[in-house]
Amino acid sequence: MITYLQDHFQQTVERFYTHAWLAVLPLVIGLVLAIPLGWLASRYRRVYPGVINLAGLLYTLPSVALFVIMPSIIHTKILSPINVVVALTIYTVALMVRVIADALIAVPAEVRSAAVAMGFTGPGRFLRVDLPIAVPVIVAGLRVAAASNVGLVSVGALIGVDQLGSLFTEGFTLFVGSIVLLGILLCVLLALILDTTIVLIGRRLTTWQRAVA
Amino acid sequence: MGVIWNYLGDPAHWSGSDGVPARVLEHLEYTFLALAFVCLIALPLGLYVGHTGRGSVAIAGTANALRALPDFGLLVYVVLLISGRLPASLAYLLPSVLVLVILGVPAALSATYAGIQAVDPAARDAARGMGMTGSQVLWRVEVPNALPLMLSGIRSSMLQIVATATIAAYVSLGGLGRFILDGQSQRDYSQMAAGAVLVGVLAILLDLIVAGIQRLVVSPGVTGRFRTAGPGRRPSLVTSSQEGSVVQTT
Amino acid sequence: MIKFDSVVKRYPDGTTAVDGLDLIAPSGQITVLVGPSGCGKTTSLRMVNRMVEPTSGTVWLDDRDTASVPAAELRRGIGYVIQQAGLFPHRTIVDNIATVPLLLGWDKRKAKQRALELMERVGLPTDLARRYPAQLSGGQQQRVGVARALAADPPVMLMDEPFSAVDPVVRAELQNEFLRLQSELDKTILFVTHDIDEAVKLGDEVGVMRVGGRLAQLATPAELLADPVDDFVAGFVGRDRGYRSLGFRAAGDLPLVTEPTVRLGADRAEALRAARDGWVLAVDEDGRPQGWIDVRQLDAGTTVGPDLLHRGGTVAKEDDSLRAALDAALSAPSGRGVIAGDDGRLLGTITAREVVERIEAERSAGAPADTREPEPAAGSRE
Repeated sequence: MITYLQDHFQQTVERFYTHAWLAVLPLVIGLVLAIPLGWLASRYRRVYPGVINLAGLLYTLPSVALFVIMPSIIHTKILSPINVVVALTIYTVALMVRVIADALIAVPAEVRSAAVAMGFTGPGRFLRVDLPIAVPVIVAGLRVAAASNVGLVSVGALIGVDQLGSLFTEGFTLFVGSIVLLGILLCVLLALILDTTIVLIGRRLTTWQRAVA
Repeated sequence: MGVIWNYLGDPAHWSGSDGVPARVLEHLEYTFLALAFVCLIALPLGLYVGHTGRGSVAIAGTANALRALPDFGLLVYVVLLISGRLPASLAYLLPSVLVLVILGVPAALSATYAGIQAVDPAARDAARGMGMTGSQVLWRVEVPNALPLMLSGIRSSMLQIVATATIAAYVSLGGLGRFILDGQSQRDYSQMAAGAVLVGVLAILLDLIVAGIQRLVVSPGVTGRFRTAGPGRRPSLVTSSQEGSVVQTT
Repeated sequence: MIKFDSVVKRYPDGTTAVDGLDLIAPSGQITVLVGPSGCGKTTSLRMVNRMVEPTSGTVWLDDRDTASVPAAELRRGIGYVIQQAGLFPHRTIVDNIATVPLLLGWDKRKAKQRALELMERVGLPTDLARRYPAQLSGGQQQRVGVARALAADPPVMLMDEPFSAVDPVVRAELQNEFLRLQSELDKTILFVTHDIDEAVKLGDEVGVMRVGGRLAQLATPAELLADPVDDFVAGFVGRDRGYRSLGFRAAGDLPLVTEPTVRLGADRAEALRAARDGWVLAVDEDGRPQGWIDVRQLDAGTTVGPDLLHRGGTVAKEDDSLRAALDAALSAPSGRGVIAGDDGRLLGTITAREVVERIEAERSAGAPADTREPEPAAGSRE
C-alpha cells in the first residue's frame, strides 16, 4: 500500500479532492434546496404527506440507478461527474426534506408564540428562532447524508468517474487488496473529516446548548 | 428517454439465463438471502440490547462506525480477500452476501433497539407489576409496540441490500446490476438504462410490500390509524412518521 | 392484610429510601401513605409486589412472606394501578382489562365477559371496548387502569398516585367513584399520594412518612387533623385543620328553623310578604331550594325569575357533616344556611352562630364518637 501511495501520490491526492467536492457539493446544494421544501411541508400540513412520500420514493431508489438514468434526463455524457452530483443532490434533498420538516414541526409551540409576541415576523423569525432550534436534528441528518454520500460517490467509478472509488476498480482489476484497502481508508478519513466539520459547525450554531451542558 | 425502452422492448431480452426475469430472480435471491441473515443477527441482538439495556453504547457506536465505510470498497475488498480460498461456485457469492449482511445489519439493529427503548415505560412497569415474566413482557408488550420502528429498520436494510446487490455485479454476481455493467462494457446505454429502471422499480415494489406488511401486522393502537376517531391524537402525522423509511440519525 | 416488618431499602450508593418501616394495612380498608417527595412512600408500595426488593425486613401478605412466592405469581394476585395508567397501546381496552385473567389461564370468553362487566363497574361505556388507549381521554384511561387491576379479583390492590395525572374535576369524580367501588368490594388497598387532601378524603387510615423513609404518624384522618404528632406532620397536614376536621363530624340533628319560601314565578307582593331581613328563599314546585332573592332588587311589577337568583349559598343535606352545615350558613347571602333532605327538598335553615353553638356544646360535653364522613364538599357544591 505504501509503495502504491508513493508511486501514485499526485493522482491519489487528486482523486481525494475530486471525491471530496463530489460528496460535499450535493450536501450543500441539497441542504439549501431542502430547507424551503421542508419548511413548506412543516407549515402546510396538507402538503406534508405528498412531499414526504415523494421524498421517500426518491430515497428508495438505489443511487447507482440514478447515476445511470441521469444522462437521459439531463442530457449529459455518461461519464460526466455531473451525473453523480445531480443524483446525490436528489438523494440528499430526499433525505433532508423529511429531517427538516420534522425538526421544524418539533419546535415547541410556546417558543414560536413567544417569538411572535416579541415582534419577530416571517423570515426573520424563521432564520433567528425556528431554524437555530432545529439545528441539532438537522445536523444529525446531515451527518448521515455526508457518510452516505462519501460511500455513494465511490460507486461513480462504475460509470467511469475518477475518484477514490477508482482505487477499488483498479485494485480489483489488478487483484491487489492493499490498493482497495487504501481506498477504503481514505474514504473513511474523508467521511470523518466531513463528520467532524459538520459537528463543529453545528456546535457553533447552537452555543446555547453548550452553555446549558 | 425513448432509448430506455429499446432494450426492454426487445423480447429476446426477456428469456434465457441472462434475460430480465432470470436476473430479477437472481437479484431477489441475493436480497432475501442477505435479509434473512440480517434479521437472524440484528433482531435478536437488538431485542436483547433493548430489553436488558446492556451493550447499548457498543451497539450505537458500531452502527455509526459502519456507516462510514464505503459499500463498494468493502465489497471489493472482501471478495479479493476471500474468493481465492473458496470453490469456484461460491467464490463470489459468499463474500458478496457476507458484505450485504454486514452492511444491512446496522439499520435493522439500531431500529430494533430504538423501538424497544421507545416503548412507554409505564406500560412496561404495569406489565411487570401485573405479573408478566421477563419474556412475557418482551413478547407481549415490548415487541408489538416496537414493531413500527423494527419494520422501518428492516425496510432500510432491505433497500441498502438491493442497492449494494446491484453494485455486486461488478464482482461477478448476477442480478440486475449485470445489465448496467454489461451495458457499459458493450457501450449499450439502452441496456444500462434498462437495468437502472428495473432496479428502481424493484426497490419501490419491495418497499411497498413491506409497507403493506407493516400495515397488516402493526396494531392500530400503535400507529394511530383508527377507523373511529377518538379524543386521542391526530392520526395523520403519526402514521407518516412511523411508516416512512426511518432516518437512522442515532 | 399487608404487614411491613422492619422493612429497609438501601441503595448501593448509600441512599436510604425506606428506613425500618413497621406498618399494618388492615384487610378490607384503604390505607394511604402520604408524604413529601423522597419520603419512600412509592418505594414502600413497590416492595409489596417486589417491584423493588427489600434490603432487609419482611413484607407479609396475610400470613405469607412475599419473598417466599415467585415474584410473577405474587403479582398476579395483586392489583397494581400506576399514575400514567400504563395501558398497552397495542391492545384494545377490553384486551387490556382481560390481561391478568388471561395470564392466569382463564377461558378467553370468560375473561372477556369479566372485562366488559368491569368496564360498567368503573363507569366506562361498553362501546369503548374495541377502542385503543390512544383514543381515550386521561380520565377514561385511568378508569381502564383500575378495571384492569380489578379483573382477576385480587384481594389486595396497590395504587401509586393513580389520580394525580388528571385535572382536578376529573380527579374528584374518580375519587368518588373509587370510594363507591370500595364500598362494594372491600379490598385491602395500599394507596400512595403526595396530596394530603386526597389522603384524608380516601383513607380509612393515613400514614404520614418523612423524607428518609420513616413513618411519622399512622392514624385515622380525624385523629391526624386533630392531633398531629409533631411539627412536621402538623405542617404537612396543613392549615385549616380545625375547619377540615369538622368534615368528620356528623351534623346530627341541628335546630332548624322553618323558612318561608316563594315559588319561582311568584309576584313581588308575595316575595315581600315572605321575606325576612330583605331576603327570601326561592324554591321550585317540588320544594327544592333554587337560590336567594334580594327583595330590594325586585322592581315594581316584576316576578321572581331565575335571573334574579343569588346562588352563592351551598346546600347541606341533613346527614352531612358539621362542616357542610357551617359552610351552608357562612355562604348564604342571607346568613341562613339551607338544609335539605335526601330528596333535595327544603327542611329548614340554620345560622352560623347556631352551628358554632352546637360545636361548642359538643366540645364541653366531650365530642361524640368521630363518625367517618366522606368529604361532601365536591358533591354538594357542583
